[in-house]
Amino acid sequence: MLKYALKRIVTGLLSIFMVATLTFFLMNLVPGGPFVAEKSISAEAQAALAAKYGLDKPLLQRYVTYMTDLLKGDMGVSLKQRGRTVSDIIFTKFPVSASLAAVAVVISLLIGIPLGCLAAYNRGKIPDNIILVLATCGIAIPSFISSVLLLYSFGMYLPDLFGLDHPILPTVGLSTAANYIMPVTALSIYPTAYITRLMRSSLLDVMGQDYIRTAKAKGLPTSKTIFKHALRNALLPVVTYVGPMLAGLMTGSFVVEKIFTIPGLGKEFVSSITNRDYTMIMGTTIVLATLVITANVIVDILYKIIDPRIKLK
Amino acid sequence: MMHNRPFSLHIDPDDFAPATSEEKESLVIMRDSVSFWKDGLRRLVKNRIAMVSFVIIMLIVMFAYLLPVFWPYRYEQQILGSENLAPFKYGETEQARIDAGEKVFPHIFGTDKNGRDFAVRLMMGTRISLTVGLVCAALVLLVGSTYGAIAGFAGGWVDNIMMRITDILYTIPDILLIILLSVIIRDPLKELSEVSGFGWMQRVGPNLLAIFIVFVLLYWVGMARITRSQVLVLKESEFVTAARALGAGNGRIIRNHLLTNCIGTLIVTTTLQIPSAIFTESFLSFVGLGVAAPMPSLGSLATDAVKGMNTFPHLLLLPAVLISVIILVFNLFGDGLRDAFDPKLKN
Repeated sequence: MLKYALKRIVTGLLSIFMVATLTFFLMNLVPGGPFVAEKSISAEAQAALAAKYGLDKPLLQRYVTYMTDLLKGDMGVSLKQRGRTVSDIIFTKFPVSASLAAVAVVISLLIGIPLGCLAAYNRGKIPDNIILVLATCGIAIPSFISSVLLLYSFGMYLPDLFGLDHPILPTVGLSTAANYIMPVTALSIYPTAYITRLMRSSLLDVMGQDYIRTAKAKGLPTSKTIFKHALRNALLPVVTYVGPMLAGLMTGSFVVEKIFTIPGLGKEFVSSITNRDYTMIMGTTIVLATLVITANVIVDILYKIIDPRIKLK
Repeated sequence: MMHNRPFSLHIDPDDFAPATSEEKESLVIMRDSVSFWKDGLRRLVKNRIAMVSFVIIMLIVMFAYLLPVFWPYRYEQQILGSENLAPFKYGETEQARIDAGEKVFPHIFGTDKNGRDFAVRLMMGTRISLTVGLVCAALVLLVGSTYGAIAGFAGGWVDNIMMRITDILYTIPDILLIILLSVIIRDPLKELSEVSGFGWMQRVGPNLLAIFIVFVLLYWVGMARITRSQVLVLKESEFVTAARALGAGNGRIIRNHLLTNCIGTLIVTTTLQIPSAIFTESFLSFVGLGVAAPMPSLGSLATDAVKGMNTFPHLLLLPAVLISVIILVFNLFGDGLRDAFDPKLKN
């Protein structure tokens, strides 16, 4: 067990290192630098700025400097938001994205798991069909589409319809609890639909197992069979989905934060790329990648602990 | 005689009489043997949801590839005086032409802020999105299945090294690299397309090429893993051992036994790759990193419409609904294919 855990952790660390290295070299291949877009700065001033941030040094040397600094926990200063360190920006933006993602995870699990059970329990009947159709549609709607449609209907169409002069739900920022409703809905449609389908198929799978037949044969009521025997095993695939779900939420956050003007990390990442803010690109990429990779590693290890049937290799 | 020696292996000579022609007749297989494809196709045709999805896919394909050929407007054509038209409305110059007795083809979905016919832009956008989905899925199939098959067949240390590489690639959150790569690869490709001999790249568009390359670089991993695991399992299965015992060579085993058994999975995985590529492309375009203007994609059409969605909601709704429908029908059709062709899920 320990050997497996160590192996996964080493692979994870290697992946993070790969991401950092790849990003560093890829980013420097991008034509145009952080100061080129600013027309007001003369060529000399640009050279001076480049020298100040060490951009005039050879690439390999910069790479070594950056990586050693990174190991010390120093991600440098932002090239665009002058005077602010990258870790400072990430520390202020990250909680915003994290709170959004956390709510979305909880909502998707709270809705997805019961819906999936309900569908499996009523297999082939009307509730099952309705849930399946909804889940299949939910998987097909990208988060940017759903958030734009939500924004349109609750921000403009419905208020117009009822003659209100303000949007039904707040559309900008994350200041109140009501602000969470639309972004979280947009983010959690896909994972909820996915979990519903996953839960349904895995519960159906488990319900066909011998030990469930045994439980039924010894006269246990159906509810007890499901909750005591089937559900525990059927939840396993859902646990493994948490890693990919986080990655998906991250992708979603890039657009959802842009659409609802939420000052989060996803928005920062996209704008840092368009701005060629090298240190910010590195910082956000490493933080986001580390997050997803760590989640995956933890889930993998947990999975082996939860399910003793899985052989350790 | 029988009664005298009850335990002898006395054999009834009648059992060894040559079979009559009627008896032979009864042993002939009455039905044509059903091939893998026929069997799968039969199940697919019976699946109503999959067939409806297939019909919708065909309609969308015609909408995207055939209809623009006959459409009187082009996607980059700006009609002066016809900006921001509602559906079935005409611009001033067009109205004047109609009054003069000319026939002007209606803008059934109106026009955008540059006076471009929105219907044809929607068709071209669908075409770009579909092309991205289909080409990427095909490339991923090619790269991924070759890699996975080699790893699975070779086994041993070759397999080990090849799979460690995919393990690492698999854990990297792909969207981060997709965004980075698509920005990076674009300009070098643009330069390359201006070099003589690479003129064909101009026609495809460097942006689109960048998306193909990036998707293939990052999405082949899943396909490789699936192919490898299939090959690994199938290699050890009884029917392969049986075939080997009957004297079949490696080539025959691969062709008749391994490939036929994994092709179902490959088809299904490829089909399900299409919507995910369309998904990612529309996402990239929405963030502003997809295909370049004036070429539309469904994602970029949706982004362009966000600003004016209060006055022209249909410009937003149409591409948004179309993306979702495309992803939905490909998913449903892929599910149908899986039920029909994945031998393990038979019955």
